[in-house]
Amino acid sequence: MVVGEFTDREADRLFHALADATRRDILHRCVRAEPSVSRLADVYPMSFAAVQKHVAVLEQAGLVTKQRRGREQLVHTDPDAVGRARQFLDDLEQAWRGRVGRMADLLAQ
Amino acid sequence: MSVVSVEKNFDGMSLTLVAEFDAPIERVWQLWADPRQLESWWGPPTHPATVEKHDLAAGGEVTYVMTGPGGERSRGWWRVTSVDPPRSLDFTDGYANPDGTPDADTPTTAVQMRLTEHDGGTRMELRFVYDSREHMEQAERWGTFDGLSLSVGQMDALLAPVSDPDHRR
Repeated sequence: MVVGEFTDREADRLFHALADATRRDILHRCVRAEPSVSRLADVYPMSFAAVQKHVAVLEQAGLVTKQRRGREQLVHTDPDAVGRARQFLDDLEQAWRGRVGRMADLLAQ
Repeated sequence: MSVVSVEKNFDGMSLTLVAEFDAPIERVWQLWADPRQLESWWGPPTHPATVEKHDLAAGGEVTYVMTGPGGERSRGWWRVTSVDPPRSLDFTDGYANPDGTPDADTPTTAVQMRLTEHDGGTRMELRFVYDSREHMEQAERWGTFDGLSLSVGQMDALLAPVSDPDHRR
């Protein structure tokens, strides 16, 4: 089904990024704070390289931005991108509210 | 309004919608099982649907065409994963190429539909999960971390300005 103004590629990247629990956790941590990649790496039971890779997936999807400060890379969640992911769910909801409404009309006939 | 609840979650980009109808379960099942009834609710009034193939059996396929106001056509398909009339239907919903073959480059959605008797009528629960092709592969490669779940409501609360009392939950 065609959902909103999303291109499929954009939707694919966003949802792929959100499909992983570690990445959702990173997204959550970087809303209010701007931790560095190395500080994030201390939190998870995985290598620095693996965490860096997760941040890169989030960055490609536009969900986080990275900013260099000195020798560190600070990670911050982009609320607009989270809003776009949310828009997909809202559009899906609207499409199905319309369908359920038409089902109810048919049942009333 | 027939929709009684909607829950949206960023985990796997899922949506759960519950609706109640004042009709027996067999009658609601027919909305899905009869292709002529299915096509009368699937597309919005501006984009009516025509159902072509309709095989509601495990492994079976449903194909449809939606025609827009300018005559533009978009095709889609379902692949039925399991079916138990008149109570449940699981399928994958995706886009198709103009020739009707599944478009391998576009996302698909897994849909679970459940019907139960409720207060003399029927309760329909629909669950949609975005079905990322790469998801399983990535999870195996990087290992999984059992992090918190992330509902749309939680993220809304986190993103809202702290001083705005309407958004503090």
